[in-house]
Amino acid sequence: MTNAAATPVSGTATSKGTATTATRLIGAAALALTAFVVVSAFWLTPADAVQGESVRIMYVHVPTAWVAYLAFVVTAITSGFSLARRHRTLGFDRVAGASAEVGVLFMAMTLVTGSLWGRLTWGTFWQWDPRLTTTLFLFVTYVGYLAVRNIDTDPQRRARRSAVIALLAVLEIPLVHFSVVLWRSLHQEASVLNPDGDVRLDGLMLFTLFAGVVAFSLIYVWLVLHRQRLAALADARITTGLDAAIAARRAEAASTSGAGA
Amino acid sequence: MDDIGFILASWLLTLGSVSVLAVATVRRAKRLASQVPDSAKPWR
Repeated sequence: MTNAAATPVSGTATSKGTATTATRLIGAAALALTAFVVVSAFWLTPADAVQGESVRIMYVHVPTAWVAYLAFVVTAITSGFSLARRHRTLGFDRVAGASAEVGVLFMAMTLVTGSLWGRLTWGTFWQWDPRLTTTLFLFVTYVGYLAVRNIDTDPQRRARRSAVIALLAVLEIPLVHFSVVLWRSLHQEASVLNPDGDVRLDGLMLFTLFAGVVAFSLIYVWLVLHRQRLAALADARITTGLDAAIAARRAEAASTSGAGA
Repeated sequence: MDDIGFILASWLLTLGSVSVLAVATVRRAKRLASQVPDSAKPWR
């Protein structure tokens, strides 16, 4: 078995990572906006008339849920492109994988923050309620998706297999979002993206929530850019290691035959 | 604010886990970048 990490690199290799000017700008904007959201969520916005102080969890809970949805939709779209153009590039597959990784993290945080909010509001960390159950199911589905991506290391086969799963898994998102409308649910209906179209938040609370969504979306973009480049580096390391191992084997075979002649 | 523990836990867990992923990503990227040629890094 080839130890790719120990194989000498042919060509110039620098330790400069995956950062570019664009990612630095996105990262700085994400940090600044997140700082504003934290200040506004804790000190500028008032307590909610119904939820009280626990509304401050909403400014992190809703953006994490939004980013998780966004991540899984991006995974599905790029998986579709990956299937359609699978013989040309693995770039779409890497974006799909990176997006799912970030989405799973944000979905986990949605479940955790929702659970903490539920303890304050409902008096319990968990209920087998339609919204909570479908969200947990969505989370487990994408954990499974990531597990499938790690079954084998052949990039083409990985791309094809995981793309099909991603295109099926994304169908769960409407079920999760509309679960509070379709079934009797303990979870409140959406305050912004609800079927009536009316926004049930006002002023600074709505602005803080919106800023949170933008801040977390920027964090998502930053993470996906870095992680899809990281996936490209990992694939390149395998290729580099294999190329070096084949070259070493050929040189060994040549020297053996030369000695025997 | 009686609920401060739960509210702080929500924020710290979220921002903390995102920070851990970000730092781990950058560190692994630097390590892998030294093992592959620059020609395999089209973003450079």
